[in-house]
Amino acid sequence: MTRRVAVTGIGIISASGRSRIQFWESIRAGCSSIRPMTLVPEGSVRFPNGAEVPDYRSSDYMDEKEASLLDRFAQFALIAAREAVVDAGLQFDEALRETSAVVTGSCVGGKTSEDEGFHGLYALKSTRFPPLSIPKAMANAGASRISLEYGITGPVYTISTACSSANHAIGQAFWMVRNGVAEVAIAGGSEAPFSLGLLKAWEAMRVVSPDTCRPFSRDRRGLILGEGAAMLVLEPLEHAQARGAHVWGEIAGFGMSSDAHHITQPSSQGAARAMRSALLDAGVAREALGYINAHGTGTPTNDPTEIEAIRSVFGAHAERLMISSTKSMHGHALGAAGAIEAAATLLALHDGIIPPTANFLEPDPACDLDVVPNTPRNAEVQYALSNSFAFGGLNAVLAFRGMRQ
Amino acid sequence: MSQELVDRVAQVIAKAQHIPLETITIDSTFEELKIDSLDGINILFALESEFDVDIPDDAARQIKSIREMVSGIEKLVAAKQASTQAQ
Repeated sequence: MTRRVAVTGIGIISASGRSRIQFWESIRAGCSSIRPMTLVPEGSVRFPNGAEVPDYRSSDYMDEKEASLLDRFAQFALIAAREAVVDAGLQFDEALRETSAVVTGSCVGGKTSEDEGFHGLYALKSTRFPPLSIPKAMANAGASRISLEYGITGPVYTISTACSSANHAIGQAFWMVRNGVAEVAIAGGSEAPFSLGLLKAWEAMRVVSPDTCRPFSRDRRGLILGEGAAMLVLEPLEHAQARGAHVWGEIAGFGMSSDAHHITQPSSQGAARAMRSALLDAGVAREALGYINAHGTGTPTNDPTEIEAIRSVFGAHAERLMISSTKSMHGHALGAAGAIEAAATLLALHDGIIPPTANFLEPDPACDLDVVPNTPRNAEVQYALSNSFAFGGLNAVLAFRGMRQ
Repeated sequence: MSQELVDRVAQVIAKAQHIPLETITIDSTFEELKIDSLDGINILFALESEFDVDIPDDAARQIKSIREMVSGIEKLVAAKQASTQAQ
């Protein structure tokens, strides 16, 4: 059984907005939401800026008891899932609960709760640890909470492959729905990396920009960390149409690969193999592709490697592609990145507006393709890819088919 | 460039990189010593601890040899001493 897979629900909470509508208004206009960090003391890390969810208060979304049971990253997962399910207009009756799946991605899990616990232990010399730390910190906390929310009793799990987590998660969910293993899947990713311990670790990696994120720009100085979540509701296109659901677009294919090259240095061959694999899985000729939502971290190394990979996959057609990195606006949300970017890609195809690469100053000869600098573009595109390439050399690429409205 | 500073930098790099001290000379390049980007951040971390300085990311990216590293550390140490004296 092979079915076409529709996206009928999108939920999102990110620096660029606390709902799908806010997010897309900001992204489609090319607004960068990178700001001075507020979640850690000023001056405590060398880089001052991040892409935090603005004015986030858990009390806007859940009662105190609920909030106390969930780490920030799992709160984001739940909030995005609720929006996606409402957007899809789905009711989970008993039969659907048993045949539905939840697959989430998270790179670091409940680090905010862990960091608070460690602070108590090491700095405040407490001899005890907060009792809910284990279920709050587990990487599957978001997936499990979503399954509880709707009584979903089918396959529920979490994938942790660093910055590719969400793409791997959505890809797995897509295959389950396509192959009839699940009738509905809620899939995406969530992340909350703004705790001091983790930020200090990122500082020592020396990949975070001291100012902003300028993907593909000659003077790019690194990535900017982001947080948030995005969740998609996937279901067979035929079922979606039969129940009259609004379809944002389709997931057409998924490809993955491992570089087996270096633990942190990317390889263009590995990235290229994942893109080819996604196109093959989608059954799409490379000439049909119009847009790539790039991994585009804005580090000196990632961007030219990604451009090289795109050239090797698309040959002369690479010159006709629009390529942009929306991380320039919502930051690099690690295990949520692929999900946030999947939402951006679907909305781009749906509305015929290609979001730009923001903060772009000057072309880099090593990134000499059309990276849609600074200004959004109106364009009818049928097929797009969204790339995620992780530390550890793990690559995951989703292919989308637009459902133009 | 003082020999003492060269020796201290070499010792830190030998320890961080797990290589014999005698393989490191002032003219060694990181490539010759098989120091990749990941080794590099480890070495920068060790050097910051040894000399109690902050090595900025942008400057660190330009450094490709022991001579450049020693020269960079020398400037940072001098700047630190000047600022301490000013206080």
